[in-house]
Amino acid sequence: MIEVSDLNVTFRDGGRPIHAVRGVSFAVAASETFGIVGESGSGKSTVLKAIAGLIESSSSKLTINGRPAAQHRSRQDRRLMQFVFQDPYASLHPRQTVDDTLREPLVIQGIPGIDEKVAEAISNVGLLPEHRFRYPHQLSGGQRQRVAIARALILNPPILLLDEPTSALDVSVQAEILNLLSRLRRSYSLTSILVSHDLGVVAHLCSRIAIMQLGKLVEVIGVQDLRSGAVGQDYTRQLIAASRGFTRAPR
Amino acid sequence: MSSALLEVEDLSVSFPGRSGITRAVRNVSFTLGRERLGIVGESGSGKSTTGRALLGLIPRPGIVTARRMEFSGENLLAHTDAEWQRLRGRRMSMIMQDPKYSLNPVMKVGRQIGETCRLHLGSDSRDAKRRSLAMLEAVKIRDPEMVYHLYPHQLSGGMGQRAMIAMMLVAEPDFLIADEPTSALDVTVQNDVLRILDDLVRDRGMGLIFISHNLTVVSSFCDRVLIMYGGKIMEQCEARKLNEARHPYTRALIAAAPSLDEVKTELATVTRDPKWLA
Repeated sequence: MIEVSDLNVTFRDGGRPIHAVRGVSFAVAASETFGIVGESGSGKSTVLKAIAGLIESSSSKLTINGRPAAQHRSRQDRRLMQFVFQDPYASLHPRQTVDDTLREPLVIQGIPGIDEKVAEAISNVGLLPEHRFRYPHQLSGGQRQRVAIARALILNPPILLLDEPTSALDVSVQAEILNLLSRLRRSYSLTSILVSHDLGVVAHLCSRIAIMQLGKLVEVIGVQDLRSGAVGQDYTRQLIAASRGFTRAPR
Repeated sequence: MSSALLEVEDLSVSFPGRSGITRAVRNVSFTLGRERLGIVGESGSGKSTTGRALLGLIPRPGIVTARRMEFSGENLLAHTDAEWQRLRGRRMSMIMQDPKYSLNPVMKVGRQIGETCRLHLGSDSRDAKRRSLAMLEAVKIRDPEMVYHLYPHQLSGGMGQRAMIAMMLVAEPDFLIADEPTSALDVTVQNDVLRILDDLVRDRGMGLIFISHNLTVVSSFCDRVLIMYGGKIMEQCEARKLNEARHPYTRALIAAAPSLDEVKTELATVTRDPKWLA
């Protein structure tokens, strides 16, 4: 479904080039959930943005649904994949109601039956009809993230890109959103890439996981290996050990 | 646990507002020895407000009441602003979540740490510098002399957090509140910061209140844990035995968190019982 070979992203800070992503390659099968974990600055979100065509990148191969993805995506290309961002406070327009937010992608794509589609999207993510004409500040964090997910799914994209979708949420709200995502990906047979720094979240949703460090892909492991710790690289072992909690230094 | 450093009985904090009084903390009682006490809870549970009340940092019109609030024998309830000033920064201190907001952006790191020494320990500038450098070294900053002369924006998140810890600890307080000290940090850096706090409790006999939403960190780091919800303590338990906790809220929090060890097809969601707050 998604194939990436030798992906590179370089930013310029003044005249100085910063290689944010270096030679990353992986493939995601149809209806698979692929995880990318790493610490801040590892380039995990940048990979996601490059796949979505939100930033410039270079690669020897970047195909989506069997077709090469151009740097500038057409309106048709954009229907293939949608993005859910980390911070629902920042990713929803504060002066637009839920209805406005959900309507916009349908209007842009010229899709008929807008009213019914918006109502359906709202109930699909577990919101109530009364939420339809509310502004983001009238919703809780979890409800806002549901709106962001509804907006991403309203065009029925085969691919969903998730960038830390629950890290701004409390653990009980996170559980609700993760359950919602599992349910939706089953019913829509979604292919998704989930970026997170939380190994527990990634293990919960993903079947295969890429570990990134300093712009490079360290290794790709199966979820069983992540759980059992049967991994090849020291860095992955360090990450797993650190996320299992604090170990007191012996004395 | 040795004798209590801090004794709190029936602490409540409320904020009057247009729609009535919001009771942020309700009748909280606990004691703290020279140990690591964790407070966990979700946003709005009152954990940070409890911490602030202990340092006398609840702004007007907030109202703090308690039957007893004693810090090494001193009655904190009767303290005037001047008496709080004498305690805070010198004998009790607080580390916050994000170094970006708690370091002064236009003052070099060394001067900020030195300021604490000059203010609270009466150091001259030479002594302040010596102490600041020693403290930067104690929080495992590799090149203290260089960091001393940097501005906060020139530091990474982990270094900034260590610089702030250095600033809060240079006066060697007896009691420290760490409010989500590692939540903004990467996991591998997180453990370095925890180790620094751990050493301070072990070597200097400091009392630590560790506020966090992360159950894994709290259960592996602390000695005891208070679980808060809606401003009340739901349960107290030994940190190692957090997994055996009995209160339905604690159980629900544990069940709701995805885990590396346990495969959960569906995560449990938390149902809240109004009786918990009765």
